[in-house]
Amino acid sequence: MLTKQLTIFMEDREGRLCEVLEILKENDINVLSASIADNGSDFGLFRMTVSDTEKAYEALKAKGMMVKITEIIAVTVPHRTGSLETILKAISEADINIQYMYGMASEDHQAAIAIKTDNQEKALEVLKKVEHVTANTN
Amino acid sequence: MIWNEAKECMSRDEIESIQSARLVKVVNRVYHNVEYYRKKMQAAGLEPGDIKGIEDLSKLPFTTYEDLNATYPFGLAAVPKSELVRVHASSGTTGKPKIAVYTRRDIDIWAECAARCMTMAGITRDDVIQVGYGYGLFTGGLGAHYGAEYLGALVIPMSTGNTEKLVNMMVDCQATAIACTPSYLLHVAETLRDKKLLDKVKLRVALCGAEPWTDNMRQQMEDLLHIKAFDIYGLTEICGPGVATDCECHKGLHIWEDHFLPEIIDPATGEQIDSSICGELVITTLTKEGMPLIRYRTKDLTTIDKTPCECGRTMARIQRFKGRSDDMLIIRGVNVFPSQVEAALLTIDGTTPHYMMVVDRKNNEDTLEVQVEVEDRFFSDDVRGLEELSGKVRSALKRAIGLNAKVKLVEPNGLVHSDGKTKHVTDNRKLY
Ligand SMILES: [Zn+2]
Repeated sequence: MLTKQLTIFMEDREGRLCEVLEILKENDINVLSASIADNGSDFGLFRMTVSDTEKAYEALKAKGMMVKITEIIAVTVPHRTGSLETILKAISEADINIQYMYGMASEDHQAAIAIKTDNQEKALEVLKKVEHVTANTN
Repeated sequence: MIWNEAKECMSRDEIESIQSARLVKVVNRVYHNVEYYRKKMQAAGLEPGDIKGIEDLSKLPFTTYEDLNATYPFGLAAVPKSELVRVHASSGTTGKPKIAVYTRRDIDIWAECAARCMTMAGITRDDVIQVGYGYGLFTGGLGAHYGAEYLGALVIPMSTGNTEKLVNMMVDCQATAIACTPSYLLHVAETLRDKKLLDKVKLRVALCGAEPWTDNMRQQMEDLLHIKAFDIYGLTEICGPGVATDCECHKGLHIWEDHFLPEIIDPATGEQIDSSICGELVITTLTKEGMPLIRYRTKDLTTIDKTPCECGRTMARIQRFKGRSDDMLIIRGVNVFPSQVEAALLTIDGTTPHYMMVVDRKNNEDTLEVQVEVEDRFFSDDVRGLEELSGKVRSALKRAIGLNAKVKLVEPNGLVHSDGKTKHVTDNRKLY
């Protein structure tokens, strides 16, 4: 259920996102999922999972970017009402805080999400016990 | 109008003979009363008798911030502590503040000098003057206050921080003069305009100092407020506002040469140069008792014009400053050194990241943005973690320089220049 994610620090300026994607394309790296978070004024974090994390990391570092590899929990749940709530409830009842989450690519009838918490190991244990939650293999 | 015509309009010969006599006296005093000065003179192979007049000035060693730091707090005092009545201080390059101590007579002479400056700006005993400088360790508030009282004007000691109250009292008390920093005056002017109070004020003159400003700013405040604005110069180590001021001719600031002996040196070599060539202003205090300064390096770059002025005064004029020979910045009237910012950043986790100070002036208020490069060691993949980092930097800066700075996290390598050298300051205010 654990997957490696890249986080890239970006100043809030035009064209930066494209630069990152350009570098990945040049290195034949496929972006599987992506999300952007910002502080509302001057910087943003570009988070993504890619086809070759190590290669992407090296390529971006080589271009002087501030990049970091983080392990996130990647799971899929059936695409139906209440699925998401079930897992979030399980996590919060175990007193674990979610730092961020975002949607990922998935098969039909499935919803895939990436979750980062302040206690990844414990969150994994919790999620293993929740019905219909499986690792996202995409 | 001239406050003290006998002094302010002396012939060059008279000025120089007073300066020579006073220089000999002050050198004797510091040699016998201040161990630090005595040792410095001895190290230079000098005895008091070697200084016979101003022509021997260049033989004397300089006094610098480093000397003040080494003797902090009272090591340069030339009188017993019981004779001292006041301390003023401003921030220094590193830990220790620059401090100056005054005797009662020093305070009186300072008031006389400030009164000369105010008279030069056209302020009289009939004026109601608001002092909008900070009162405290900073010399601005008390310096302008004592000068205006000595002159006999009605003083309203506003201090800083409450613009609303200041403009209300300006209207209620029908203030005719104000002493404050130029950027603050522009802020006051805009406040008056926004409150539609401009036609209710009787202000006619402003005496602005404590930070560099331009003729453009003078024009702005004169147009907005229908006043005359004058530039006043002072520095904590010598004495606050009152060292020099510009007259209605606006061709430089008359410096009170009977109390302050100015010279220009080449900041690189330390050699005294023709004062019409731009260099560092060096001042020797001729009458100070508490803490006389011998050849104090102000780090301000300027030239001196000794020709008589159309206003009738003969006292030399220092020209508007053309810059600093060190890296000090004056932000909202506060002296700030990049080294202070560096030291503050060091407290975050033990090493200094690349940083850049961006100083600007928006709506007539100085702004400071400190850009800090995000490095691996404090890169969090969580927005909150990064915001905590900027919060930490912000409070460290507030503690170190006493100013609220905006902290901006930037990508690595953004601040390094192509020549490999990192520049630490970008000042967009164009003040010089
Ligand atoms: Zn003049």
